[in-house]
Amino acid sequence: MARLAGRRALAAVPVLAAVTLGVFALAAASPFDPVRQYAGSAGLRASQDTLDRLRENLALDGPFTEQWWRWLTSAATGDLGQSVSLRQPVAQVVGERLGWSVLLCALAFLLAVVLGAVLGVAAARRRGGWLDRCVTGGSYVLQAAPPFWLGLLAVWFFALRLGVLPAGGLTDSGEDTVTAGSLVRHLTLPVTVLALSQLPWFALYVRQGVADALHEDPVRGARARGLRERTVLLGHALRSGLLPVLTLIGTRIPELITGALLVETVFSWPGIASATVRAATATDFPLLAAVTVLATAAVLAGNLLADLLYVLADPRIDPEEM
Amino acid sequence: MTAPVPAPTEAPGKTPTPAPVPAAVPRRGPGRPPGARARRTRVSAALTAATVLAALLVPAAFPLDQQAVDLAAKLRPPSWEHPFGTDELGRDLLLRCVHGLRVSLLVGVVAALVATVVGIAVGGLAGALGGRTDRLVMRIVDVFASVPHLLLGIFVVAMFRPGIWPVIASVGLTHWLSTARIVRAETHSLRNRPYVDAAISGGSSRWRVAVRHLLPGVLPQAGLAAVLMVPHAIWHESALSFLGLGIPAHQASLGTMAEAARGSLLAGAWWPTLWPGLFIVVPTLAIAGLAGAWRERINPRVRSELTL
Repeated sequence: MARLAGRRALAAVPVLAAVTLGVFALAAASPFDPVRQYAGSAGLRASQDTLDRLRENLALDGPFTEQWWRWLTSAATGDLGQSVSLRQPVAQVVGERLGWSVLLCALAFLLAVVLGAVLGVAAARRRGGWLDRCVTGGSYVLQAAPPFWLGLLAVWFFALRLGVLPAGGLTDSGEDTVTAGSLVRHLTLPVTVLALSQLPWFALYVRQGVADALHEDPVRGARARGLRERTVLLGHALRSGLLPVLTLIGTRIPELITGALLVETVFSWPGIASATVRAATATDFPLLAAVTVLATAAVLAGNLLADLLYVLADPRIDPEEM
Repeated sequence: MTAPVPAPTEAPGKTPTPAPVPAAVPRRGPGRPPGARARRTRVSAALTAATVLAALLVPAAFPLDQQAVDLAAKLRPPSWEHPFGTDELGRDLLLRCVHGLRVSLLVGVVAALVATVVGIAVGGLAGALGGRTDRLVMRIVDVFASVPHLLLGIFVVAMFRPGIWPVIASVGLTHWLSTARIVRAETHSLRNRPYVDAAISGGSSRWRVAVRHLLPGVLPQAGLAAVLMVPHAIWHESALSFLGLGIPAHQASLGTMAEAARGSLLAGAWWPTLWPGLFIVVPTLAIAGLAGAWRERINPRVRSELTL
C-alpha cells in the first residue's frame, strides 16, 4: 500500500515538471511580453537598449527553458515570484486565499456526495417511477447548466428577491472581522451552487450502481432470506453500488476546480480561483503559472487518492500489481 | 423544462420465476417503451434543427444593430412586443440571444472539429503504431489530462488574447483527450482483426491500412464524440466569455450576454440572465438526446442513458 502510494507519487513528478515546462513554452510562444508589461506606458518610449537591459535585470532573458529552470529552482525555495495583478508575492496570495477555496470546495463536495447518494438510492429504488424521472431529468438539466448561470439565478432569487442571504463576498459591507454566523450565511449560496454543479454525476452514478446491484445475486440472496427492504437497499445494494463511485471520487477534482473558478467569481469569494480569473484578465503570468501547477498537483493527488481507495475498498486488488 | 426527461422505465415486476418476492423486485426489463424513446429522439431532433436553423437564418433576416439603443425601453420585462424583454440598453433580448447562439454555436462547432481532428490523429497514431510511440503519446495525454480544462483554457486565452481564435484554440487544446483515448482503444481492437492482417499480408502500405481499413472503423465512434463535444465546447466558450476572457465583450455571445446581465440582475431584472442560460441548456440536452439515439444505432445492445 505504502509502496503503491510512493510509486504513484514519484510518477507524478515528471508530470508536474512537464506541465510547468508546457506553461513556460506557451508563454514564450504567446505575443505577451512581460518586460513591456512591467515598463507600462514608459515602455512605448524606451529605446530597445533600455528594454534589453530591463529584460536582463528582471532575469527574463534567454530561452524559455532557462527561465523555466530558474523558476523551478526558486520555487523549490518557496519563492514563486511577484503577482502583477495583486501586487503581492505569489506565495503570499496562495497562502492567504487557498484556505477559503479549500473550505468552499470541501463543503460543496461533501454536500454533493451526500445528496447524490441519497437521491441516487431513492431513484434506483423504483426505476421509472416519478422520483427516478425527477432525479435523472434534474441531473441532466443541472449537468447542462453552466454553474455561473445557476449562481446568478440563485443570487437573484435568494439575495435580491427574498433578501435572505448575502449576494457574495466573505463579510457584510462595513464589517471587517469574519464571525462564524456571517461566514455560514456567506457560505450557503456558493456552497450550494457548487454542490449542485457537481451533484448530477454523483446522483447518476449512484443510481446506476445501486440499480445494477439490485439485480445481482447478493441482493437476491438477501431478499430470499427475508431481510427488510431497508437492510437490502442500504446494507447490500448501496454498499456494492457505492464502491465504484467512492473509488472515482478522487478523479472529480478537475470538475470541482472548474466549478470553483466560476462560482467564486460569481460570488466574489476571496479564494484562489477568483484571484486566478483576475490574474488572467491582467495577464499576471507568475500567479497563473503557480495556480496551474497547484491545480495540477491537486488533480494528481486526487488520482492518487482514487488509486488508494480502489485498493482499500476492493480486497481482490493486489496493490503490488497496480 | 423543455427537454424530454430520459428515464428508462421497467416493466413492473413480472417475475417469471414463482418467487415469493413481492412485485417490488425491479426486473431488468426491455427498457423504456419504444414509443417514449422515439419521442425523445424526435423532440431532440426537432430542437436541434430549430437551434441550427435559428442560428443560420434569423441573423440573416434580422441583422443585429449593435448601435441601436433605446434607453426609453430599457429593462422591459417580457411582453408581446419583446417576448424575452429588453436589456439595459433597450435592445431586444430574443434577437440578441439568437445572435449570441450563432456565435457560440460557430465557436463550438469549429472547436469541436479541431479537437476531433487532433484527437483522431493522435489517438490513431498511438493505436496504429503501438509500442513505444503509443506509450509516449499516452503519457502526453496524461499530462494534458492532469490540468483542469477550464484552467488551461483560461491560461491559453490570457496569454493569447484577444479574439475568437484563442478561444477556439483553448477549447480545441483541452478537449481532444477523450477522442484520442476512444480512437486509440478502437484502433487497438481493429488492428487485431483478420481483415487488417489480410490487408497487411496482401502488401498494403501502412498508410493504406490506416486510411482504408482502420479509419472507417473508427469514424462512427469519433463522430459521436465530436457531436457530444459541441455542447461541451459551447459550455466552455460561454464560461470563458462570462469570465471576461472569451469573445470580445461587444460581440453578443451567450457568455458575454450573461456577463453583461450581471448589472441588470442587481437592479432586479432576471430576464437578461435567464435566457442566455436556457439557450445553452436546451440545445445541450437536445444534442445529447440525439447522440444517445445514434449510440444505440451503432451499438444496439447498449440501452444508453443520456451522456453529456
